[in-house]
Amino acid sequence: MERVPILKLGDILIVSIQIDLDDQSVLTLQEDLADTVVSRGARGVIIDITAVEIVDSFIGRMLSTIAAMTRMLDAETVVVGMRPAVAITLVELGLSLGGVRTALNLEKGVVMLEHARSAEG
Amino acid sequence: MSGPQEMPIATNGDVVLVRQKVRSVAAEIGLSLVDQTKIVTAASELARNVLVHAGGGRVEVEKVSTGLRPGLRLVFSDEGPGISDIAQAMTDGFTTGGGLGLGLSGSRRLVDEFDLVSAPGEGTRITVTKWSR
Ligand SMILES: Nc1ncnc2c1ncn2[C@@H]1O[C@H](COP(=O)(O)OP(=O)(O)OP(=O)(O)O)[C@@H](O)[C@H]1O
Ligand SMILES: [Mg+2]
Repeated sequence: MERVPILKLGDILIVSIQIDLDDQSVLTLQEDLADTVVSRGARGVIIDITAVEIVDSFIGRMLSTIAAMTRMLDAETVVVGMRPAVAITLVELGLSLGGVRTALNLEKGVVMLEHARSAEG
Repeated sequence: MSGPQEMPIATNGDVVLVRQKVRSVAAEIGLSLVDQTKIVTAASELARNVLVHAGGGRVEVEKVSTGLRPGLRLVFSDEGPGISDIAQAMTDGFTTGGGLGLGLSGSRRLVDEFDLVSAPGEGTRITVTKWSR
């Protein structure tokens, strides 16, 4: 099983998925991330899927679950770097990724989290 | 042209290997990037179904041709419980396993040809084809 590293930048966690994850590794990442949000007091999570070649229903569900879960733990999640072919395929598959915020790249994702924060005051 | 290549689907790792194999053959026959992504996504859904709903099975990966256009055909088969109501299983959102119920219906939209043969107690056989355009 592969483990995805979780990087910390200020109070943001950054997860960059660089390998083709099997389903068990996906579930492990979900749990690691929930633990890390709490233990590090993170306010934002960025999931970088630039290198991800396909998002099927399992990965799609992971993204929605992580977004909902971190929200409950008082953190916002932004998914960045989705490839155009992946977006086209997701829509045809029928996955809407409801509740998942997205940004085109890492930089825009960071800005989005900062805005979310300042809106909170 | 080489004949069909059979791969087992018995573990989560096998599902990853199936995705990678389908990706490389899809690129080899010249499918567009979007079509490669679609067929790999469909393969991932159908391979997972074999593992989760039937406890394992196999896929045959084959390059096919109409003479003019190359294509990629995948045959997923298992000896699992089978599907009693195929129309219902093919409906968006129908699941018996707590999934999203998008695997079968979504895969059908992602390929050019989709054929499902199944009966209770007789396993399931799903054939999908994607043609290069
Ligand atoms: N190979 C199979 N053998 C037996 N039943 C199957 C098989 N494939 C699919 N099914 C049945 O068809 C239903 C619909 O499958 P589908 O892939 O659309 O949804 P799912 O697997 O339940 O959820 P997900 O959205 O996570 O894929 C399944 O819940 C299962 O009952
Ligand atoms: Mg499924």
